[in-house]
Amino acid sequence: MNLSLATLLQLCILLPIFATLGIVALRRHQNLREAVSIGTSVLVFYAVVSIYLGLQGGATIDVNWLQILPGLSLSFSVEPLGMIFSLIASFLWFVTIVYAIGYMRGHNEDHQTRFYCCFAIAIGSVMGVAFADNLFTLFIFYEILTLSTYPLVTHAGTEAAKKGGRVYLGILLTTSIGFFLFAILGTWVIAGTLDFTQGGVFPAGANTAVLGFILVLFIFGIGKAAIMPFHRWLPAAMVAPTPVSALLHAVAVVKAGVFTVMKVCVLIFGIDLLSVLPTTQSLLYLAGATVLLASVIAMRQDNLKARLAYSTVGQLGYITIGALLASSMGVVGGSMHIAMHAFGKITLFFCAGAILVAAHKSKVSQLDGLGRRMPITMTAFFIASLGIIGIPPAGGTWSKWYLLMGTMDTQQWIILVILLISSLLNIAYLLPISMRAFLFKDPTSNAAVGIKEAPLPCLIAIGITTVGCIALFIYPQPLYELASSILQTSSIAHGQ
Amino acid sequence: MLAHLPILQVIVPLMAAPACLILRRPQLVWLFTLLASALAFIISILLLQQVMQTGTISYELGGWSPPWGIEYRIDKLNAFIALIISGVSTVVLLAAQTSIEKEIPQDKHTLFYILYLLSLTGMLGIVTTGDAFNVFVFLEISSLSAYSLIALGRDRRALWASFQYLIMGTIGATFILIGIGLMYQMTGTLNMADLATRLPEVAETRTVTTAYVFFIVGVCLKLALFPLHLWLPNAYAHAPSIVTAFFAATSTKVAAYLLIRFTFSIFGVSFSFTTLPMETLFLGLGLLGIFVASTVAIYQDNIKHVFAYSSVAQIGYMIVGFSMSTNAGLSAMLLHVFNHALMKGALFLALGAVLYRVGSTQLRDFQGLGRQMPLTMAAIVVAGLSLIGVPLTVGFVSKWYLVVAAIEKGWWPVAGLVLLASLLAVVYVWRIVETAYFKAPVVGKELVQEAPMTFLIPVWILVSANVYFGIDTRISVDIATAAAQSLFGVVP
Repeated sequence: MNLSLATLLQLCILLPIFATLGIVALRRHQNLREAVSIGTSVLVFYAVVSIYLGLQGGATIDVNWLQILPGLSLSFSVEPLGMIFSLIASFLWFVTIVYAIGYMRGHNEDHQTRFYCCFAIAIGSVMGVAFADNLFTLFIFYEILTLSTYPLVTHAGTEAAKKGGRVYLGILLTTSIGFFLFAILGTWVIAGTLDFTQGGVFPAGANTAVLGFILVLFIFGIGKAAIMPFHRWLPAAMVAPTPVSALLHAVAVVKAGVFTVMKVCVLIFGIDLLSVLPTTQSLLYLAGATVLLASVIAMRQDNLKARLAYSTVGQLGYITIGALLASSMGVVGGSMHIAMHAFGKITLFFCAGAILVAAHKSKVSQLDGLGRRMPITMTAFFIASLGIIGIPPAGGTWSKWYLLMGTMDTQQWIILVILLISSLLNIAYLLPISMRAFLFKDPTSNAAVGIKEAPLPCLIAIGITTVGCIALFIYPQPLYELASSILQTSSIAHGQ
Repeated sequence: MLAHLPILQVIVPLMAAPACLILRRPQLVWLFTLLASALAFIISILLLQQVMQTGTISYELGGWSPPWGIEYRIDKLNAFIALIISGVSTVVLLAAQTSIEKEIPQDKHTLFYILYLLSLTGMLGIVTTGDAFNVFVFLEISSLSAYSLIALGRDRRALWASFQYLIMGTIGATFILIGIGLMYQMTGTLNMADLATRLPEVAETRTVTTAYVFFIVGVCLKLALFPLHLWLPNAYAHAPSIVTAFFAATSTKVAAYLLIRFTFSIFGVSFSFTTLPMETLFLGLGLLGIFVASTVAIYQDNIKHVFAYSSVAQIGYMIVGFSMSTNAGLSAMLLHVFNHALMKGALFLALGAVLYRVGSTQLRDFQGLGRQMPLTMAAIVVAGLSLIGVPLTVGFVSKWYLVVAAIEKGWWPVAGLVLLASLLAVVYVWRIVETAYFKAPVVGKELVQEAPMTFLIPVWILVSANVYFGIDTRISVDIATAAAQSLFGVVP
């Protein structure tokens, strides 16, 4: 195939959306329907990789769709941060589809056609977020992402699912329309543009008090980044089937949030301006408080998925801190953590789902001795835990290292201490799960039970992401290069 | 022919109304009414094109030159409003025959179409005329036919609603007449353009202030501006569905037009907003209306009531735009007039479809409808999203312009409040979505089918317009901003 990069970029967004047609058309043939999902995900990943390789060759992409309002158009381009995000999301989409086939069938879920459709639309909008060239485009896809994931959260259709869905939609729409859109409009009026620009868009001499206010609106408004007190939607979303929690609420949706925060900090404000705004420091402490509080709450959760959800809230705080530190090390660390946390957390969720399918257990306190029945799953869980905590041999080590460097660079000693304490807390809420599984004895049955793992597609998916965690530790170089070029070269995006 | 378009705009539906009596057969009458309305729509498109290209058209009725004779004066503003009215009227009429079959006794069908055409005539007349007294005459035509149309509703509550509206509407019309009378007394003219040149000479007098206040209060009653909205929810809820869809999309828009016309082109901004404290007053009432009506909407059990209160809230948005008295604010208001017509037309027509199949629009009767009437419910969801202001729908375009206008004026808190208020819409729209999609139908209740095509086609025309004009905003935004600019152009 010899498609131009611009075509490939549009395919990334459009393919998943058009795939829904195929999924609906083949709703009576399970295997063909899933083949459409897998085929599309492979194509999208291939397209993203081609774009990545093309960019290495120094190519540039600019796509304009249509102008919605004067001066505001739907347009797309590629820059390193978006590249990182789209690579992770498209790759993990493929893995998750493989996993979902095993899970959804193993669990006998209803409405699978609707499930795969919404999943595809969600991924298409994630690609839109990743490649958006201006805040306006980003906002539109951000909202489509919220709406398309709502049916996934309420998938079970039970009272609990409905309640979860209400919190989910309520918080995400409140923050995005009430604050995020407000901040975008404020930016539009003050700066006259919403294009992502290296060094920021605001004119020199703009009132820093107003800009500080807008920054606060941005940070609270991007509810998907789950900064407290607007984090409740994430635990609420855990009523969704596990593949949804795994891909969307550990990777795609939440990363769309922190990705947006990062973009706003670096390409709308610019780190020079960010460091002098009056509100940055307080927001930094707020993010720090989120990290600590979420970890403490996570320790108290007995439901495995809820514990992982609060852990996600905390880890997202890391990335927000990285963005708000307003130093190059912070940005590098934060961006790398987007990838590292994605691989770690998706593995943990995959394992949680596998435990649910194979052993029908969802509480931490029930996991005693499970390591003997599900050795592969629990080993993967252990490795991914290390990744989240940030110790070798998993990739999380590097991102946390750069984040710590960032705090030292900017002499944010309090934040440094918070990050260190939080790492200890991570150990305290993640490692006991593996310890219970491997070291404790199952109290319910003394007889030796045989190995009973999750369906094969689930295991394959778990295997891939676990290897990913380790691979990112051994070969962080490409990721580091992308992350460190975020601040230096917007030129590859705009071809200046 | 082309030169006579301004009067044809009014004459076509006016003459069509009595002609219905000759046809008598309901099916034929329906086709004839549809034809007349479609003709009016085509005329308004031609007029708008003409105005956009060559500027204001002045038409002398019977060859008497203004200010002695009656003048019809078409500029960008009223051509735009006439387009909205005749367009929505035509689309809504597509579903009329099916809908009234179940809601109105057979022998009253011809009467229904006659009243409908008269009401359309009245609205188009108010909009096109350049004569202040003519405004009153057409206002009465449209109001009287509206009272009768509402009284045609299915049960006796419609009579009460109609009577309520009659009382309030008559008070409003009287106030408007008093206002016009006082203007005539001070200037000796009824021609709008003439009034605009003569009023500034006497602007300092108390009589002119009184005239303006009487007129504006009267218009606000017709507009259903909070707290003068009390007639609206019942009138909308108990009228026949077609009437509700038509009125919700158009009748308050006509009042909004009068408000703009008299404030901006006749009395002038400096009078209304500098001499009188209209800015604070309208801003306060607008915001209050948005919040109170949206909150009330959340607690309604009849979905027609929900969207009726939501209409009151949407009028609040228009008034907030109006109160800014800036070019941007007025553009935002006009855009919302257009966009709101699309949303509410679609919503009420879809509710008509639900009423047709289910026989009720109570919230509890929506249980399980997501499965039974998928296309109708999908239409309600999309139009509801538009009401909330989700991107890629017209609602978003309205919000965007309104908030940008507020920020440009330096009204940051207003901008924030407007955005927060849209979240109230999320609540009342989502109550319907949850009931329709997550609750199983009541056990023992008969399952219903999807609405007939005669409903689905007009509903989806309006829904697609909601999305189309949310993505391709060139037409609506260009016309609205051009109309707003022209208003600020003529004002000293």
